[in-house]
Amino acid sequence: MLNDWSYVAIFTVISMFLPAAAIAIASFLAPKKPNPIKNSIYECGVETVGATWVQFKVQYYIYTLVFLLFDVEIIFLYPWAVAYNQLPLFAVVEVIIFILILLGGLLYAWRKGALEWV
Amino acid sequence: MDGAMILEWVIKSIFLILVMTGGFAYVTLYERKVLARIQVRIGPNRAGPFGVLQPVADGIKLIFKEELVPAKADKLIFTLAPVLTVIPALIITAVVPWGTEVTLFGRTIKLYLADINIAVLYLMAVTSISIYGIALAGWSSNNKYATLGGLRATAQMISYELALGFAMIVPVMMAGSMSLVDIVESQKPVWFVFVQPLAFLIYFIAALAEINRSPFDMPEAEQELTAGYHTEYSGMKFALFFMAEYIKMIAISMIGSSLFLGGYRGPFVDQLPALGPLYLFIKVAIVLFVIIWIRATLPRIRYDRLMQFGWKVLFPLALLNVFVTGVVLILVGG
Repeated sequence: MLNDWSYVAIFTVISMFLPAAAIAIASFLAPKKPNPIKNSIYECGVETVGATWVQFKVQYYIYTLVFLLFDVEIIFLYPWAVAYNQLPLFAVVEVIIFILILLGGLLYAWRKGALEWV
Repeated sequence: MDGAMILEWVIKSIFLILVMTGGFAYVTLYERKVLARIQVRIGPNRAGPFGVLQPVADGIKLIFKEELVPAKADKLIFTLAPVLTVIPALIITAVVPWGTEVTLFGRTIKLYLADINIAVLYLMAVTSISIYGIALAGWSSNNKYATLGGLRATAQMISYELALGFAMIVPVMMAGSMSLVDIVESQKPVWFVFVQPLAFLIYFIAALAEINRSPFDMPEAEQELTAGYHTEYSGMKFALFFMAEYIKMIAISMIGSSLFLGGYRGPFVDQLPALGPLYLFIKVAIVLFVIIWIRATLPRIRYDRLMQFGWKVLFPLALLNVFVTGVVLILVGG
């Protein structure tokens, strides 16, 4: 089983060469004639106003928080799913209670309006 | 692990990478041809017979294009972002089996790169990494459209990843293993799509949102965001984003086929294992056709509806599906 991970490692290292080679070859072959107009920010011909890196909508952050909660839940469910056929009924009921608690969390976020895009 | 084994695996890795890049090139042509036929056009037909050399022509053109970097961009991250997007798209295919094993030159060669026992978890992890490339690309461009596109892509991908994760639990529960080889083998009597049509549907919809394909292509909505997170990219760096998107299309078709459509399994595959890759190829081609068909048919949905659909419809439905599967497995299996 450790061997299989080393194959994944070999594959990852080899697959890094592909984008690196593509960028390297293109940087040799592509013309380079920059000028201030070309290097300005593209905004459909209109000059850009103000800075880009400003504060953005907080909604994105709230979604990320809710996501984090349920992503961890999924990771907990995977070992349970693998061993499902050998598990006693007790473990199954336990996981169902676990899911119900998290479902309560989802309902709370839902009622609080965290899932509304405003 | 001896030298010959390492050589075998290096050759296999290079072969898989070449297949995926070649596949990417021809999926672009496939998509243009199918879209053209749906819209009663002919599609690319000038470069070579039936336009088969079109991807080569496109590639050569993109290599010789000037690469622009916006003056105020974060240069290092700007260059790194396309690389970070392509690598996860490629390495996600490492755990997908194309067949059992064949004998070639007197050696038994396994037709998969790695059979790791937590393959489904690996898929989840690598999909999460692929968000970084897109978010960083949008942020480092210092372009308002790109930043918005990157943010939208991030929020959308993490929202649908939950439904995707729950949909992928169901085959794991049925097979009792997270290894994709075991999952494919346990579909010998019946494909999981016939037992779990809802899980397959959820997987398919969530995967479409995960790779930002239409009707969920809000991050690159042309009418409002120009090109989204890759607005400022040109030349080879743009090609890398394009490549990542199409390789992801192939990858989710391969994973979906393995999880629900029986993977490399088909008639006579036990007698003749070399048929495995062929069956997988046919299934991937059919799934890709459906993805392109959806793009040609459905309009893009509004962003607030997209997020609500993900959180309020798809996610509870996927949770319920896991729940019901658990109960039914107890009742049936005893």
